[in-house]
Amino acid sequence: MTQTPTPDWPLPTSSSSTSGDPNSAIRAVGVRHPGRWVVAAILAVVAAMAVHAVAFNSRFGWNVVFHYFGSREILTGLLRTLELTSIAMGIGISLGTVLAVMRLSPNPIVANAARLYVWFFRATPVLVQILLWFNLAALFPKLSIGIPFGARFATASVNSVISPFAAAILGLGLNEGAYMSEIVRAGVLSVDHGQVEAAQALGMRRILLMRRIVLPQAMRIIVPPTGNETISMLKTSSLVSVIALPELLYSAEIIYSRTYQTIPLLITASIWYAIVTTVLTFGQASVERHFAKGQARPSVRRGLFPLRASARTKLDPLPNERVQMTNNIRDIAGG
Amino acid sequence: MDRIVEDLTTPMVSAKGVRKHFGSLPVLRGIDLEVDRGTVMCLLGPSGSGKSTFLRCINHLEKIDAGSLRVDGDLVGYRESKGTLYELRDREVCAKRMDIGMVFQSFNLFPHMTALENVMEAPIRVRKEPEALVSERAMSLLARVGLASKVKSYPKQLSGGQQQRVAIARALAMQPKLMLFDEPTSALDPELVGEVLDVMRDLATDGMTMIVVTHEMGFAREVADQAVFMDEGVVIEAGPPRSVLGAPSHPRTKEFLAKVLS
Repeated sequence: MTQTPTPDWPLPTSSSSTSGDPNSAIRAVGVRHPGRWVVAAILAVVAAMAVHAVAFNSRFGWNVVFHYFGSREILTGLLRTLELTSIAMGIGISLGTVLAVMRLSPNPIVANAARLYVWFFRATPVLVQILLWFNLAALFPKLSIGIPFGARFATASVNSVISPFAAAILGLGLNEGAYMSEIVRAGVLSVDHGQVEAAQALGMRRILLMRRIVLPQAMRIIVPPTGNETISMLKTSSLVSVIALPELLYSAEIIYSRTYQTIPLLITASIWYAIVTTVLTFGQASVERHFAKGQARPSVRRGLFPLRASARTKLDPLPNERVQMTNNIRDIAGG
Repeated sequence: MDRIVEDLTTPMVSAKGVRKHFGSLPVLRGIDLEVDRGTVMCLLGPSGSGKSTFLRCINHLEKIDAGSLRVDGDLVGYRESKGTLYELRDREVCAKRMDIGMVFQSFNLFPHMTALENVMEAPIRVRKEPEALVSERAMSLLARVGLASKVKSYPKQLSGGQQQRVAIARALAMQPKLMLFDEPTSALDPELVGEVLDVMRDLATDGMTMIVVTHEMGFAREVADQAVFMDEGVVIEAGPPRSVLGAPSHPRTKEFLAKVLS
């Protein structure tokens, strides 16, 4: 397994491979890593055992798993789960950004209002919040629009406004806003204060400065935990099965309460969760690459299996730098 | 007509008894200075003497505690009406800052924007000027600082000297009437200092009013109309560079110069 590392840039053609020539590129045998291959072999055996134990065990009911895998009920549930996740995260991210900017505001009333919001929604279980929204009519039977403490112009029954879906969205979205606000705040605080001063010196006001200068740079810190939250939300959304909203898990539950094939249907649902999570993981990586614009060190490395790629430079140069490096090497080689 | 005549004779910056504390620590202890239009003032002195703080007070990045500070005849951060001072709103402070360019020791370019985008950002977003006009001006400013070939580069791809020249172009793009430089060459490798000083020298020749906090004695001697030596929050000595730097009268100035020039 001798492998000479190939550089990323074209080598000067004038260089010869004789070791005495100071202009020639270095050709050395890389450091061997026998330990990696040993570990890989052990893990391969363990994995094979695990696959065997699962695949050839009839109690898993794989035929049932795949029978329902593409069924209408499961797919409708999946769609509902995706809908819940995206809307709740959409609310969470926008609300979180607003709350974070409020929290960092010089206005103490605005900052404390944001603080109170975060406290309240983190202090109670999201399951309880979903149930409270669902049962809101027990507390406030009627919803009215009008003058505070005065005349009412329009009134509706709360039960007609808060459907199970609305309760789920409110419960998940408002709770997520509290968590997202801390993530966005961490991102904003990570940006060098010199950036704020430079923008202020150019006459930028706070909101413009946040939008154009601070938040785009904060995104590098914000995106990875936000990906985490999204993947977490995908599965947290299964909590709404308690208010009988047929998302992915509840759809599976409906089927197995009819057929008593509990385990296979839970596996069906789990495989779908795993598939969506995988897609989201790749989505996160591409979002991270987008926000790495202008940064020398991308936060996501290409290649899932860098077993042999150890000879690669750690700091991926930007395209222009790479050209520059090639030119430098040409200069050195040519000079 | 009277107003215009008055405008031309009032100094660009005038400080009277400016004081500033950070907590209980006095940083500025009564600064009196005047900078005339089209002139260059170099602020010299040991670190911690308050030079940078004074510079930052001029565009209200720091608030002064006492005294008065005027830019182009207007108070910084306040409005005076019938003998009462009113603190300016954020919007008004920002409007004043548009006319004052500032260059920082650590460049502070926006890393997620190319050189050209850095220069174009404020004129488009703050002054709301048309993009085509701004783009043309930005290109010519970048050419003027010798970076016509680097417009599409991100700050990380530029050397310190190049970054600082982009930062100067970015400040100039707002067409300021006053430029503040806060130790613009202190973070640079020695061989890159010259290219930044050349751009600043050029700017001074064009008649820009400049206040420069610097340790470059050669630059101060050659370009400054007025050299000011500060220590412990007060002005020790001020005057033409050939007297302040060439024949200092105060022992502390002598001591400082001896250290810097050795």
